[in-house]
Amino acid sequence: MTTAIAVSNLVKRYAKSKTNAVDGVSFEVSRGEIFGLLGPNGAGKTTIIGILTTFIVASEGQTSIMGVDVAANPIDVKQRIAVVPQQSNLDRSLKVREILTFHGAYHGVPRKHREALADKLLNDLGLGDRKDEKVSRYSGGMAQRLMIARALMHEPDVLFLDEPTNNLDPQSRLFLWERIRELNARGITILLTTHDMDEADKLCNRIAIMDHGKILVNDTSAGLKKLIPGGTVLEVRAFAQTDVKDRVHAALSAIPGVTKVDTAGENPDAAAAQPEPGSMTFRVYADSASTLIGAAAQAIFSTGAEVRDLSVKQPTLEEVFIFLTGRHLR
Amino acid sequence: MSRTRLAVTAFFAILQRDLVVTGREFIPFLLQALMQPLFFLFIFGKVLPGIGLAAGNFASLMLPGIVALTGMLAAMQGVTLPLVLDLGYAREIDDRLLSPMPVWWVALEKVLYGAMRGAVASTVIFPLGWLILGSGFVVRTDRLPELIGMVLLTSCVGSTIGLLMGTIIKPDQISLMFTLIFTPLLFTGCTYYPWGALNNIRWFQVVTLFNPLTYCAEGLRYSMVPPIRGHELPTLNPYVILGALGVSVAAMFIGGTRTFQKRVVT
Repeated sequence: MTTAIAVSNLVKRYAKSKTNAVDGVSFEVSRGEIFGLLGPNGAGKTTIIGILTTFIVASEGQTSIMGVDVAANPIDVKQRIAVVPQQSNLDRSLKVREILTFHGAYHGVPRKHREALADKLLNDLGLGDRKDEKVSRYSGGMAQRLMIARALMHEPDVLFLDEPTNNLDPQSRLFLWERIRELNARGITILLTTHDMDEADKLCNRIAIMDHGKILVNDTSAGLKKLIPGGTVLEVRAFAQTDVKDRVHAALSAIPGVTKVDTAGENPDAAAAQPEPGSMTFRVYADSASTLIGAAAQAIFSTGAEVRDLSVKQPTLEEVFIFLTGRHLR
Repeated sequence: MSRTRLAVTAFFAILQRDLVVTGREFIPFLLQALMQPLFFLFIFGKVLPGIGLAAGNFASLMLPGIVALTGMLAAMQGVTLPLVLDLGYAREIDDRLLSPMPVWWVALEKVLYGAMRGAVASTVIFPLGWLILGSGFVVRTDRLPELIGMVLLTSCVGSTIGLLMGTIIKPDQISLMFTLIFTPLLFTGCTYYPWGALNNIRWFQVVTLFNPLTYCAEGLRYSMVPPIRGHELPTLNPYVILGALGVSVAAMFIGGTRTFQKRVVT
Protein backbone atom coordinates (compact mmCIF):
# COMPACT_ATOMS: atom_id res chain seq x y z
CA MET A 1 0.00 0.00 0.00
CA THR A 2 1.45 3.35 -0.97
CA THR A 3 -1.33 5.80 -0.08
CA ALA A 4 -1.12 7.35 3.38
CA ILE A 5 -4.01 9.81 3.17
CA ALA A 6 -6.89 9.55 0.72
CA VAL A 7 -9.59 12.21 0.54
CA SER A 8 -12.35 12.11 -2.02
CA ASN A 9 -15.23 14.54 -2.66
CA LEU A 10 -14.99 15.82 0.89
CA VAL A 11 -17.67 18.32 1.92
CA LYS A 12 -18.19 20.01 5.28
CA ARG A 13 -21.25 22.16 5.82
CA TYR A 14 -21.66 23.89 9.17
CA ALA A 15 -25.22 24.27 10.38
CA LYS A 16 -25.45 28.05 10.33
CA SER A 17 -23.28 28.73 7.30
CA LYS A 18 -24.50 29.45 3.78
CA THR A 19 -21.35 28.23 2.08
CA ASN A 20 -19.50 24.96 2.51
CA ALA A 21 -16.36 25.22 4.64
CA VAL A 22 -14.90 22.39 2.56
CA ASP A 23 -16.49 22.10 -0.84
CA GLY A 24 -15.72 18.91 -2.75
CA VAL A 25 -12.05 18.35 -2.00
CA SER A 26 -10.11 15.33 -3.27
CA PHE A 27 -6.43 14.57 -2.91
CA GLU A 28 -4.05 11.78 -2.03
CA VAL A 29 -0.83 11.81 -0.09
CA SER A 30 1.63 8.97 -0.65
CA ARG A 31 3.50 7.30 2.16
CA GLY A 32 6.67 9.16 2.98
CA GLU A 33 5.56 12.40 1.39
CA ILE A 34 5.53 15.86 2.92
CA PHE A 35 2.32 17.43 1.66
CA GLY A 36 1.61 21.12 2.14
CA LEU A 37 -1.87 22.60 2.42
CA LEU A 38 -1.78 26.30 1.68
CA GLY A 39 -4.53 28.86 1.57
CA PRO A 40 -5.73 32.15 3.02
CA ASN A 41 -7.37 32.17 6.47
CA GLY A 42 -10.78 30.52 6.26
CA ALA A 43 -9.92 28.57 3.12
CA GLY A 44 -10.82 25.28 4.82
CA LYS A 45 -7.39 23.93 5.75
CA THR A 46 -8.05 23.56 9.47
CA THR A 47 -11.44 21.94 8.76
CA ILE A 48 -9.75 19.32 6.57
CA ILE A 49 -7.21 18.61 9.31
CA GLY A 50 -10.08 18.45 11.82
CA ILE A 51 -11.88 15.85 9.70
CA LEU A 52 -8.75 13.76 9.15
CA THR A 53 -7.93 13.83 12.86
CA THR A 54 -11.47 12.74 13.94
CA PHE A 55 -12.51 16.03 15.60
CA ILE A 56 -14.88 17.08 12.82
CA VAL A 57 -17.45 14.86 11.11
CA ALA A 58 -17.58 15.25 7.33
CA SER A 59 -20.93 16.09 5.72
CA GLU A 60 -20.11 14.13 2.56
CA GLY A 61 -17.23 12.24 1.00
CA GLN A 62 -14.68 9.67 2.07
CA THR A 63 -11.43 9.97 3.97
CA SER A 64 -9.00 7.26 4.89
CA ILE A 65 -5.65 7.14 6.61
CA MET A 66 -3.28 4.23 6.05
CA GLY A 67 -6.23 2.43 4.48
CA VAL A 68 -8.50 2.93 7.51
CA ASP A 69 -11.80 4.74 6.96
CA VAL A 70 -11.75 7.78 9.27
CA ALA A 71 -15.53 8.09 9.72
CA ALA A 72 -16.12 4.37 10.23
CA ASN A 73 -13.17 3.65 12.45
CA PRO A 74 -11.89 6.76 14.22
CA ILE A 75 -10.30 4.81 17.07
CA ASP A 76 -7.95 2.88 14.78
CA VAL A 77 -7.11 6.13 13.00
CA LYS A 78 -6.19 7.81 16.30
CA GLN A 79 -3.56 5.19 16.95
CA ARG A 80 -1.91 5.89 13.57
CA ILE A 81 -1.86 9.67 13.57
CA ALA A 82 -0.44 12.47 15.66
CA VAL A 83 -1.44 16.11 15.67
CA VAL A 84 0.59 19.22 16.42
CA PRO A 85 -1.96 22.05 16.65
CA GLN A 86 -1.47 25.76 15.99
CA GLN A 87 -1.82 26.69 19.64
CA SER A 88 -0.30 24.88 22.56
CA ASN A 89 -2.63 22.35 24.16
CA LEU A 90 0.06 20.90 26.40
CA ASP A 91 -1.09 19.54 29.75
CA ARG A 92 -0.11 22.28 32.16
CA SER A 93 -0.75 20.20 35.26
CA LEU A 94 2.01 17.75 34.38
CA LYS A 95 5.77 18.08 34.26
CA VAL A 96 7.35 18.15 30.82
CA ARG A 97 8.61 14.60 30.88
CA GLU A 98 5.28 13.32 32.21
CA ILE A 99 3.48 14.95 29.29
CA LEU A 100 5.40 12.54 27.07
CA THR A 101 5.18 9.45 29.26
CA PHE A 102 1.44 9.89 29.85
CA HIS A 103 0.85 10.43 26.15
CA GLY A 104 2.66 7.15 25.58
CA ALA A 105 0.50 5.49 28.23
CA TYR A 106 -2.69 6.81 26.59
CA HIS A 107 -1.59 4.98 23.46
CA GLY A 108 -0.62 1.76 25.18
CA VAL A 109 3.16 2.17 24.86
CA PRO A 110 4.72 -0.18 27.46
CA ARG A 111 6.26 1.59 30.47
CA LYS A 112 9.92 0.76 29.85
CA HIS A 113 9.69 1.75 26.22
CA ARG A 114 7.89 5.02 26.89
CA GLU A 115 10.31 6.06 29.63
CA ALA A 116 13.29 5.49 27.33
CA LEU A 117 11.61 7.07 24.32
CA ALA A 118 10.62 10.18 26.31
CA ASP A 119 14.23 10.76 27.37
CA LYS A 120 15.49 10.22 23.85
CA LEU A 121 12.97 12.59 22.26
CA LEU A 122 13.59 15.28 24.86
CA ASN A 123 17.30 15.12 24.13
CA ASP A 124 16.76 15.05 20.36
CA LEU A 125 14.61 18.15 20.54
CA GLY A 126 16.98 20.01 22.84
CA LEU A 127 14.78 19.89 25.94
CA GLY A 128 16.73 17.27 27.91
CA ASP A 129 17.95 19.61 30.63
CA ARG A 130 14.53 21.10 31.37
CA LYS A 131 12.40 17.99 31.53
CA ASP A 132 11.25 18.30 35.13
CA GLU A 133 9.75 21.76 34.75
CA LYS A 134 6.16 22.61 34.04
CA VAL A 135 5.27 23.92 30.58
CA SER A 136 4.24 27.31 31.94
CA ARG A 137 7.94 28.16 32.11
CA TYR A 138 8.53 27.22 28.50
CA SER A 139 8.93 29.66 25.59
CA GLY A 140 6.77 29.35 22.48
CA GLY A 141 9.54 27.61 20.58
CA MET A 142 10.14 25.11 23.35
CA ALA A 143 6.42 24.37 23.64
CA GLN A 144 6.29 23.76 19.90
CA ARG A 145 9.21 21.33 20.10
CA LEU A 146 7.61 19.59 23.07
CA MET A 147 4.38 19.12 21.12
CA ILE A 148 6.37 17.49 18.32
CA ALA A 149 8.10 15.24 20.85
CA ARG A 150 4.71 14.32 22.30
CA ALA A 151 3.36 13.54 18.84
CA LEU A 152 6.18 11.07 18.26
CA MET A 153 5.67 9.14 21.50
CA HIS A 154 3.35 6.57 19.95
CA GLU A 155 5.32 6.35 16.71
CA PRO A 156 2.56 7.48 14.34
CA ASP A 157 2.48 6.80 10.61
CA VAL A 158 1.03 10.18 9.73
CA LEU A 159 1.86 13.49 11.38
CA PHE A 160 -0.36 16.57 11.06
CA LEU A 161 1.41 19.87 11.58
CA ASP A 162 -0.89 22.90 11.67
CA GLU A 163 1.28 25.98 11.05
CA PRO A 164 4.20 24.44 12.91
CA THR A 165 6.61 27.38 12.77
CA ASN A 166 4.15 30.23 13.15
CA ASN A 167 5.51 32.83 15.62
CA LEU A 168 8.88 31.11 16.02
CA ASP A 169 12.27 32.80 15.90
CA PRO A 170 14.50 31.94 12.92
CA GLN A 171 16.67 29.59 14.99
CA SER A 172 13.69 27.56 16.15
CA ARG A 173 12.28 27.53 12.64
CA LEU A 174 15.48 26.18 11.10
CA PHE A 175 15.75 23.60 13.89
CA LEU A 176 12.19 22.43 13.34
CA TRP A 177 12.67 22.21 9.58
CA GLU A 178 15.65 19.92 10.12
CA ARG A 179 13.67 17.75 12.53
CA ILE A 180 10.71 17.58 10.12
CA ARG A 181 13.03 16.43 7.31
CA GLU A 182 14.56 13.82 9.61
CA LEU A 183 11.17 12.46 10.58
CA ASN A 184 10.19 12.30 6.96
CA ALA A 185 13.41 10.48 6.12
CA ARG A 186 12.40 7.87 8.72
CA GLY A 187 9.24 7.23 6.73
CA ILE A 188 6.65 9.36 8.53
CA THR A 189 4.13 10.94 6.19
CA ILE A 190 3.56 14.59 6.99
CA LEU A 191 0.68 16.88 6.16
CA LEU A 192 1.39 20.48 7.06
CA THR A 193 -0.43 23.76 6.70
CA THR A 194 1.46 27.01 6.61
CA HIS A 195 1.32 30.64 5.57
CA ASP A 196 5.08 30.66 5.13
CA MET A 197 5.66 30.19 1.41
CA ASP A 198 9.36 29.71 1.94
CA GLU A 199 8.62 26.89 4.38
CA ALA A 200 6.26 25.16 1.95
CA ASP A 201 8.76 25.57 -0.87
CA LYS A 202 11.64 24.14 1.17
CA LEU A 203 9.85 21.26 2.91
CA CYS A 204 6.99 19.98 0.79
CA ASN A 205 7.16 17.39 -1.96
CA ARG A 206 3.77 18.53 -3.12
CA ILE A 207 1.62 21.53 -2.36
CA ALA A 208 -2.12 22.08 -2.66
CA ILE A 209 -3.36 25.66 -2.68
CA MET A 210 -6.92 26.09 -1.36
CA ASP A 211 -9.43 28.89 -1.34
CA HIS A 212 -13.13 29.02 -0.48
CA GLY A 213 -13.18 25.35 0.47
CA LYS A 214 -11.78 24.10 -2.81
CA ILE A 215 -8.36 22.94 -3.90
CA LEU A 216 -7.27 25.21 -6.75
CA VAL A 217 -4.05 23.43 -7.66
CA ASN A 218 -2.09 20.46 -6.40
CA ASP A 219 1.42 20.01 -7.72
CA THR A 220 5.11 20.16 -6.88
CA SER A 221 6.53 23.54 -6.05
CA ALA A 222 8.25 23.70 -9.46
CA GLY A 223 5.04 22.66 -11.18
CA LEU A 224 3.06 25.38 -9.40
CA LYS A 225 5.51 28.03 -10.50
CA LYS A 226 4.85 27.18 -14.11
CA LEU A 227 1.21 28.09 -13.61
CA ILE A 228 1.67 31.81 -13.99
CA PRO A 229 1.23 32.52 -17.74
CA GLY A 230 4.56 33.69 -19.12
CA GLY A 231 5.68 32.99 -15.61
CA THR A 232 9.36 32.30 -16.07
CA VAL A 233 11.66 35.23 -16.47
CA LEU A 234 14.95 35.59 -18.30
CA GLU A 235 16.98 38.39 -16.84
CA VAL A 236 19.36 39.90 -19.39
CA ARG A 237 22.18 42.31 -18.69
CA ALA A 238 23.83 43.90 -21.71
CA PHE A 239 26.39 46.62 -22.35
CA ALA A 240 26.88 49.07 -25.24
CA GLN A 241 28.90 52.28 -25.76
CA THR A 242 26.07 53.89 -27.69
CA ASP A 243 22.41 54.17 -26.69
CA VAL A 244 20.81 51.08 -28.23
CA LYS A 245 18.32 50.45 -25.43
CA ASP A 246 15.23 50.77 -27.64
CA ARG A 247 16.72 48.57 -30.34
CA VAL A 248 17.61 45.83 -27.83
CA HIS A 249 14.11 46.06 -26.37
CA ALA A 250 12.58 45.66 -29.83
CA ALA A 251 14.88 42.78 -30.75
CA LEU A 252 14.06 40.89 -27.52
CA SER A 253 10.33 41.52 -27.91
CA ALA A 254 10.49 40.07 -31.44
CA ILE A 255 11.68 36.66 -30.20
CA PRO A 256 8.85 34.12 -30.66
CA GLY A 257 7.33 32.99 -27.32
CA VAL A 258 8.12 36.18 -25.45
CA THR A 259 5.05 37.67 -23.75
CA LYS A 260 6.54 40.83 -22.31
CA VAL A 261 9.83 42.68 -21.94
CA ASP A 262 10.48 45.07 -19.06
CA THR A 263 13.34 47.53 -19.17
CA ALA A 264 15.19 48.28 -16.01
CA GLY A 265 13.42 51.57 -15.28
CA GLU A 266 10.04 49.87 -15.18
CA ASN A 267 11.22 47.31 -12.69
CA PRO A 268 12.43 48.41 -9.29
CA ASP A 269 14.46 45.26 -8.70
CA ALA A 270 16.38 45.66 -11.91
CA ALA A 271 16.94 49.38 -11.34
CA ALA A 272 18.91 48.62 -8.22
CA ALA A 273 21.32 46.54 -10.25
CA GLN A 274 22.23 49.30 -12.75
CA PRO A 275 25.73 50.25 -11.71
CA GLU A 276 27.60 51.64 -14.72
CA PRO A 277 26.57 53.90 -17.62
CA GLY A 278 25.90 52.01 -20.84
CA SER A 279 24.74 48.90 -18.99
CA MET A 280 21.12 47.81 -19.48
CA THR A 281 18.93 45.23 -17.76
CA PHE A 282 15.84 43.63 -19.23
CA ARG A 283 13.37 41.12 -17.85
CA VAL A 284 12.03 38.86 -20.59
CA TYR A 285 8.81 37.02 -19.63
CA ALA A 286 7.99 33.77 -21.40
CA ASP A 287 6.33 30.42 -20.73
CA SER A 288 9.70 28.77 -20.89
CA ALA A 289 12.44 31.34 -20.49
CA SER A 290 15.29 28.87 -20.36
CA THR A 291 14.84 27.89 -24.00
CA LEU A 292 15.26 31.52 -25.07
CA ILE A 293 18.81 31.99 -23.85
CA GLY A 294 20.35 31.45 -27.29
CA ALA A 295 17.83 33.60 -29.12
CA ALA A 296 18.17 36.38 -26.58
CA ALA A 297 21.94 36.41 -26.88
CA GLN A 298 21.70 36.60 -30.68
CA ALA A 299 19.15 39.42 -30.51
CA ILE A 300 21.51 41.43 -28.35
CA PHE A 301 24.51 40.79 -30.61
CA SER A 302 22.44 41.89 -33.61
CA THR A 303 22.08 45.36 -32.12
CA GLY A 304 25.82 45.69 -31.55
CA ALA A 305 25.60 45.42 -27.76
CA GLU A 306 27.43 42.75 -25.75
CA VAL A 307 25.94 40.28 -23.28
CA ARG A 308 27.05 40.64 -19.68
CA ASP A 309 24.73 38.19 -17.94
CA LEU A 310 21.82 35.89 -18.73
CA SER A 311 19.90 34.17 -15.95
CA VAL A 312 16.58 32.36 -15.64
CA LYS A 313 14.48 33.46 -12.66
CA GLN A 314 11.61 31.41 -11.24
CA PRO A 315 8.62 33.22 -9.80
CA THR A 316 8.32 32.72 -6.05
CA LEU A 317 5.64 30.52 -4.56
CA GLU A 318 4.18 33.64 -3.00
CA GLU A 319 3.62 35.09 -6.49
CA VAL A 320 1.81 31.91 -7.47
CA PHE A 321 -0.27 32.04 -4.29
CA ILE A 322 -1.33 35.65 -4.82
CA PHE A 323 -1.94 34.95 -8.52
CA LEU A 324 -4.35 32.13 -7.58
CA THR A 325 -6.08 33.54 -4.50
CA GLY A 326 -6.04 37.28 -5.18
CA ARG A 327 -4.88 40.24 -3.12
CA HIS A 328 -8.00 41.08 -1.14
CA LEU A 329 -7.96 40.67 2.62
CA ARG A 330 -9.96 37.95 4.34
CA MET B 1 -2.83 -5.33 21.61
CA SER B 2 -6.51 -5.89 20.88
CA ARG B 3 -8.70 -2.87 20.31
CA THR B 4 -10.64 -3.32 23.55
CA ARG B 5 -7.55 -3.85 25.66
CA LEU B 6 -5.98 -0.79 24.10
CA ALA B 7 -9.06 1.28 24.94
CA VAL B 8 -9.17 0.00 28.53
CA THR B 9 -5.44 0.72 28.93
CA ALA B 10 -5.99 4.24 27.65
CA PHE B 11 -8.93 4.74 30.03
CA PHE B 12 -6.92 3.81 33.10
CA ALA B 13 -3.91 5.82 31.95
CA ILE B 14 -6.16 8.89 31.81
CA LEU B 15 -7.61 8.12 35.23
CA GLN B 16 -4.08 7.69 36.54
CA ARG B 17 -3.16 11.10 35.11
CA ASP B 18 -5.97 12.75 37.10
CA LEU B 19 -5.01 10.88 40.28
CA VAL B 20 -1.33 11.79 39.92
CA VAL B 21 -2.22 15.47 39.49
CA THR B 22 -4.63 15.40 42.46
CA GLY B 23 -2.16 13.49 44.61
CA ARG B 24 0.39 16.21 44.00
CA GLU B 25 -2.13 18.85 45.09
CA PHE B 26 -3.77 16.85 47.84
CA ILE B 27 -3.53 19.48 50.58
CA PRO B 28 -5.02 22.28 48.39
CA PHE B 29 -7.71 19.80 47.34
CA LEU B 30 -8.61 19.03 50.96
CA LEU B 31 -8.62 22.70 51.90
CA GLN B 32 -10.87 23.53 48.97
CA ALA B 33 -13.27 20.73 49.84
CA LEU B 34 -13.27 21.03 53.63
CA MET B 35 -12.98 24.71 54.51
CA GLN B 36 -16.69 25.41 54.22
CA PRO B 37 -17.94 22.26 56.03
CA LEU B 38 -15.43 22.89 58.79
CA PHE B 39 -16.96 26.28 59.59
CA PHE B 40 -20.49 25.00 59.15
CA LEU B 41 -19.80 22.24 61.66
CA PHE B 42 -18.29 24.69 64.08
CA ILE B 43 -20.98 27.40 63.86
CA PHE B 44 -24.07 25.19 63.54
CA GLY B 45 -22.86 22.27 65.59
CA LYS B 46 -21.00 24.04 68.34
CA VAL B 47 -21.69 27.79 68.47
CA LEU B 48 -25.46 27.92 67.88
CA PRO B 49 -26.33 25.09 70.34
CA GLY B 50 -23.81 26.62 72.75
CA ILE B 51 -25.63 29.97 72.86
CA GLY B 52 -29.03 28.29 72.93
CA LEU B 53 -30.13 29.16 69.37
CA ALA B 54 -30.29 25.51 68.25
CA ALA B 55 -31.25 22.27 69.92
CA GLY B 56 -28.50 20.04 71.23
CA ASN B 57 -29.17 17.26 68.73
CA PHE B 58 -29.14 19.71 65.80
CA ALA B 59 -25.56 18.66 65.08
CA SER B 60 -26.48 15.03 64.53
CA LEU B 61 -29.28 16.08 62.11
CA MET B 62 -27.01 18.44 60.23
CA LEU B 63 -23.93 16.21 59.99
CA PRO B 64 -25.43 13.99 57.24
CA GLY B 65 -26.35 17.14 55.30
CA ILE B 66 -22.76 18.37 55.55
CA VAL B 67 -21.46 14.97 54.37
CA ALA B 68 -23.84 15.09 51.40
CA LEU B 69 -23.03 18.67 50.44
CA THR B 70 -19.27 18.19 50.79
CA GLY B 71 -19.22 15.03 48.71
CA MET B 72 -21.39 16.52 46.04
CA LEU B 73 -19.48 19.79 45.75
CA ALA B 74 -16.07 18.10 45.77
CA ALA B 75 -17.20 15.79 42.98
CA MET B 76 -18.65 18.67 40.96
CA GLN B 77 -15.58 20.85 41.43
CA GLY B 78 -13.39 18.05 40.10
CA VAL B 79 -15.34 17.92 36.86
CA THR B 80 -17.04 21.22 36.07
CA LEU B 81 -14.32 23.83 36.19
CA PRO B 82 -11.62 21.79 34.37
CA LEU B 83 -14.15 20.92 31.65
CA VAL B 84 -15.35 24.49 31.16
CA LEU B 85 -11.80 25.74 30.77
CA ASP B 86 -10.67 22.79 28.63
CA LEU B 87 -13.59 22.86 26.20
CA GLY B 88 -13.61 26.66 26.18
CA TYR B 89 -10.06 27.43 25.23
CA ALA B 90 -7.29 25.47 26.96
CA ARG B 91 -7.95 22.34 24.86
CA GLU B 92 -5.57 20.34 27.03
CA ILE B 93 -8.12 17.55 26.82
CA ASP B 94 -7.41 17.11 23.07
CA ASP B 95 -4.46 14.87 23.80
CA ARG B 96 -6.77 12.55 25.73
CA LEU B 97 -9.47 12.76 23.07
CA LEU B 98 -6.90 11.50 20.56
CA SER B 99 -6.20 8.39 22.61
CA PRO B 100 -7.50 5.15 21.09
CA MET B 101 -10.85 4.89 22.87
CA PRO B 102 -14.43 6.08 22.31
CA VAL B 103 -14.81 9.81 22.95
CA TRP B 104 -17.52 9.29 25.57
CA TRP B 105 -15.09 7.26 27.70
CA VAL B 106 -13.22 10.51 28.32
CA ALA B 107 -16.45 11.85 29.86
CA LEU B 108 -16.90 8.61 31.80
CA GLU B 109 -13.39 8.93 33.20
CA LYS B 110 -14.15 12.49 34.35
CA VAL B 111 -17.27 11.22 36.14
CA LEU B 112 -15.37 8.39 37.81
CA TYR B 113 -12.57 10.69 38.89
CA GLY B 114 -15.02 13.30 40.21
CA ALA B 115 -16.85 10.63 42.18
CA MET B 116 -13.58 9.48 43.76
CA ARG B 117 -12.87 13.04 44.85
CA GLY B 118 -16.35 13.33 46.31
CA ALA B 119 -16.05 10.06 48.21
CA VAL B 120 -12.69 11.05 49.72
CA ALA B 121 -13.91 14.51 50.73
CA SER B 122 -17.12 13.26 52.37
CA THR B 123 -15.23 10.50 54.20
CA VAL B 124 -12.88 13.06 55.71
CA ILE B 125 -15.93 14.83 57.22
CA PHE B 126 -16.33 11.98 59.72
CA PRO B 127 -13.04 12.42 61.63
CA LEU B 128 -13.41 16.18 61.22
CA GLY B 129 -16.91 16.05 62.73
CA TRP B 130 -15.69 13.88 65.57
CA LEU B 131 -12.94 16.42 66.34
CA ILE B 132 -15.17 19.48 66.21
CA LEU B 133 -18.41 18.20 67.67
CA GLY B 134 -16.95 16.07 70.44
CA SER B 135 -19.84 14.49 72.33
CA GLY B 136 -22.27 15.93 69.77
CA PHE B 137 -20.87 13.53 67.15
CA VAL B 138 -23.32 10.61 67.03
CA VAL B 139 -23.50 8.24 64.06
CA ARG B 140 -25.32 4.91 64.13
CA THR B 141 -23.16 1.99 63.03
CA ASP B 142 -25.86 -0.58 62.27
CA ARG B 143 -26.44 0.88 58.79
CA LEU B 144 -22.83 0.98 57.63
CA PRO B 145 -23.43 -0.64 54.21
CA GLU B 146 -26.22 1.88 53.55
CA LEU B 147 -23.90 4.67 54.64
CA ILE B 148 -21.09 3.58 52.31
CA GLY B 149 -23.57 3.17 49.48
CA MET B 150 -25.00 6.63 50.06
CA VAL B 151 -21.56 8.27 50.16
CA LEU B 152 -20.69 6.67 46.81
CA LEU B 153 -24.06 7.47 45.28
CA THR B 154 -23.88 11.10 46.43
CA SER B 155 -20.45 11.42 44.82
CA CYS B 156 -21.79 10.03 41.53
CA VAL B 157 -24.71 12.46 41.65
CA GLY B 158 -22.24 15.32 42.09
CA SER B 159 -19.87 14.26 39.33
CA THR B 160 -22.64 13.65 36.78
CA ILE B 161 -24.17 17.06 37.51
CA GLY B 162 -20.62 18.40 37.17
CA LEU B 163 -20.30 16.77 33.74
CA LEU B 164 -23.52 18.29 32.46
CA MET B 165 -22.66 21.72 33.81
CA GLY B 166 -19.09 21.55 32.58
CA THR B 167 -20.20 20.81 29.05
CA ILE B 168 -22.98 23.44 28.97
CA ILE B 169 -21.34 26.44 30.62
CA LYS B 170 -19.15 28.70 28.47
CA PRO B 171 -16.03 30.19 30.09
CA ASP B 172 -17.42 33.74 30.03
CA GLN B 173 -20.52 32.63 31.95
CA ILE B 174 -18.69 30.87 34.77
CA SER B 175 -19.27 33.27 37.65
CA LEU B 176 -22.92 33.96 36.75
CA MET B 177 -23.72 30.27 36.31
CA PHE B 178 -22.08 29.32 39.57
CA THR B 179 -24.25 31.85 41.39
CA LEU B 180 -27.40 30.82 39.54
CA ILE B 181 -26.89 27.08 40.01
CA PHE B 182 -24.88 26.63 43.19
CA THR B 183 -26.75 28.96 45.49
CA PRO B 184 -30.23 27.41 44.98
CA LEU B 185 -28.67 23.93 44.99
CA LEU B 186 -27.03 24.71 48.31
CA PHE B 187 -30.11 26.02 50.10
CA THR B 188 -32.92 23.88 48.69
CA GLY B 189 -31.10 20.60 49.25
CA CYS B 190 -32.25 19.80 52.83
CA THR B 191 -28.66 19.99 54.00
CA TYR B 192 -29.33 22.10 57.10
CA TYR B 193 -32.80 20.76 57.92
CA PRO B 194 -34.49 17.34 57.63
CA TRP B 195 -37.08 17.09 54.87
CA GLY B 196 -39.81 15.89 57.23
CA ALA B 197 -39.52 19.08 59.31
CA LEU B 198 -40.72 21.10 56.32
CA ASN B 199 -44.31 19.85 56.73
CA ASN B 200 -45.40 23.33 57.77
CA ILE B 201 -44.00 24.97 54.65
CA ARG B 202 -45.54 22.62 52.14
CA TRP B 203 -44.66 24.52 48.93
CA PHE B 204 -40.99 24.66 49.90
CA GLN B 205 -41.06 20.98 50.82
CA VAL B 206 -42.23 20.26 47.27
CA VAL B 207 -39.56 22.54 45.79
CA THR B 208 -36.80 20.64 47.59
CA LEU B 209 -37.90 17.41 45.89
CA PHE B 210 -36.53 18.75 42.60
CA ASN B 211 -33.04 18.98 44.05
CA PRO B 212 -31.04 15.71 43.94
CA LEU B 213 -29.12 16.92 46.98
CA THR B 214 -32.32 16.52 49.04
CA TYR B 215 -32.33 12.78 48.40
CA CYS B 216 -28.60 12.51 49.15
CA ALA B 217 -28.99 14.33 52.46
CA GLU B 218 -32.09 12.33 53.40
CA GLY B 219 -30.41 9.05 52.46
CA LEU B 220 -27.43 9.90 54.61
CA ARG B 221 -29.73 10.91 57.48
CA TYR B 222 -31.42 7.53 57.15
CA SER B 223 -28.04 5.78 57.41
CA MET B 224 -26.45 8.00 60.07
CA VAL B 225 -28.94 9.43 62.58
CA PRO B 226 -29.58 7.08 65.52
CA PRO B 227 -33.11 6.69 66.96
CA ILE B 228 -34.02 9.59 69.23
CA ARG B 229 -35.60 8.38 72.50
CA GLY B 230 -36.55 5.15 70.77
CA HIS B 231 -38.03 6.89 67.70
CA GLU B 232 -36.54 6.57 64.25
CA LEU B 233 -36.03 9.93 62.55
CA PRO B 234 -38.65 10.25 59.80
CA THR B 235 -36.91 10.53 56.44
CA LEU B 236 -37.87 10.10 52.83
CA ASN B 237 -38.50 6.46 51.94
CA PRO B 238 -35.16 4.76 51.14
CA TYR B 239 -36.57 3.27 47.93
CA VAL B 240 -37.79 6.67 46.78
CA ILE B 241 -34.32 7.98 47.53
CA LEU B 242 -32.62 5.22 45.54
CA GLY B 243 -35.04 5.64 42.64
CA ALA B 244 -34.67 9.42 42.49
CA LEU B 245 -30.88 9.31 42.68
CA GLY B 246 -30.70 6.53 40.08
CA VAL B 247 -32.78 8.62 37.70
CA SER B 248 -30.68 11.70 38.43
CA VAL B 249 -27.35 9.94 37.80
CA ALA B 250 -28.61 8.30 34.59
CA ALA B 251 -30.21 11.47 33.20
CA MET B 252 -27.25 13.72 34.02
CA PHE B 253 -24.76 11.20 32.64
CA ILE B 254 -26.62 10.66 29.38
CA GLY B 255 -27.26 14.38 28.95
CA GLY B 256 -23.71 15.28 29.91
CA THR B 257 -22.11 12.72 27.60
CA ARG B 258 -24.25 13.94 24.72
CA THR B 259 -23.32 17.57 25.15
CA PHE B 260 -19.71 16.49 25.70
CA GLN B 261 -19.65 14.68 22.38
CA LYS B 262 -21.25 17.64 20.65
CA ARG B 263 -18.61 19.94 22.06
CA VAL B 264 -15.61 17.82 21.06
CA VAL B 265 -16.70 16.30 17.74
CA THR B 266 -18.45 18.80 15.47
